[in-house]
Amino acid sequence: MTLTLGHYLSLGAMLFALSVIGIFLNRKNLIVLLMCIELMLLAVNMNFVAFSHYLGDMHGQIFVFFILTVAAAESAIGLALLVLLFRNKSNINVDELNALKG
Amino acid sequence: MDVKTGFFYLFSVVLLFAAFRVITARNPVHAVLYLMLAFSQAAAVWLLLKAEFLAIALVLVYLGAVMVLFLFVVMMLDLNIDSLRQGFWKHFPLAALIGVVIALEMAYVLMGGFRLQGAAPVEMAQAAAAQGSNTKALGLLLYSEYVYPVQIAAVILVVAMIAAIALTLRQRKDTKFVNVKDQVHVKAADRMSVVKLAATLPPPPPAAPVADAEAEKKP
Repeated sequence: MTLTLGHYLSLGAMLFALSVIGIFLNRKNLIVLLMCIELMLLAVNMNFVAFSHYLGDMHGQIFVFFILTVAAAESAIGLALLVLLFRNKSNINVDELNALKG
Repeated sequence: MDVKTGFFYLFSVVLLFAAFRVITARNPVHAVLYLMLAFSQAAAVWLLLKAEFLAIALVLVYLGAVMVLFLFVVMMLDLNIDSLRQGFWKHFPLAALIGVVIALEMAYVLMGGFRLQGAAPVEMAQAAAAQGSNTKALGLLLYSEYVYPVQIAAVILVVAMIAAIALTLRQRKDTKFVNVKDQVHVKAADRMSVVKLAATLPPPPPAAPVADAEAEKKP
């Protein structure tokens, strides 16, 4: 039984589903929400790399490169906001982020 | 079942277990450590897909920098875990349903829908072998066809760095510091004033005799 594209795509899909479940479960913990977003990006990158390999096209890997760049920037700014939030409110509970009363 | 398939299943099982522990770990520090395990397994899977450069970049950039940043932040924050875990299992049935639906639908479509010709990966492997390493192919593409996107990515990184610094920079009010600009631009006249003094002073006029003064007061 050799590996097909479907194996890798299924792995990516399961990873994505797990991170969606994680976002549902950890609604209050902002830092775990950030980690779930990182996992989602990893799942998407997995699909890109798998397609790039099985279609014989390098452009997919270029796209993964840029996604990694944007994900690094996102996590840096997200963590900076988290630190700022903790400094002002002394906790990171999402339920208490109601200053805007939206 | 060849060796590659066995490795794929090994890495996948560890990856999914680590992802599961990330979302259910009680302590956020454990969650970050499991996330590092998940990323390292993903890098191994990418090695199976012959994406060597991206696998190494994932280990270096993600495990080396981003995850350590996460770890620092998590350890810095003094979290009350119990209040954050309230109602953790309340939404679990809905979450599990949605997750299972996503996984099954995608797996069904992907396993059935993408029957590629078996020739493509072999062709690509031969092409890659003829062209050189994966890193070389990626670099050739990045610096020829994708020059402007690379520069935009660099700008994004710079903006992210500046934003992170500007957001978390805290100026202290209680420190006494010198203003360098004022110090550099100071003039001699601001620091020292020259008072003109004559070298010799004329002697003061002789004081009038006390008796004369009293005599003048009386009339």
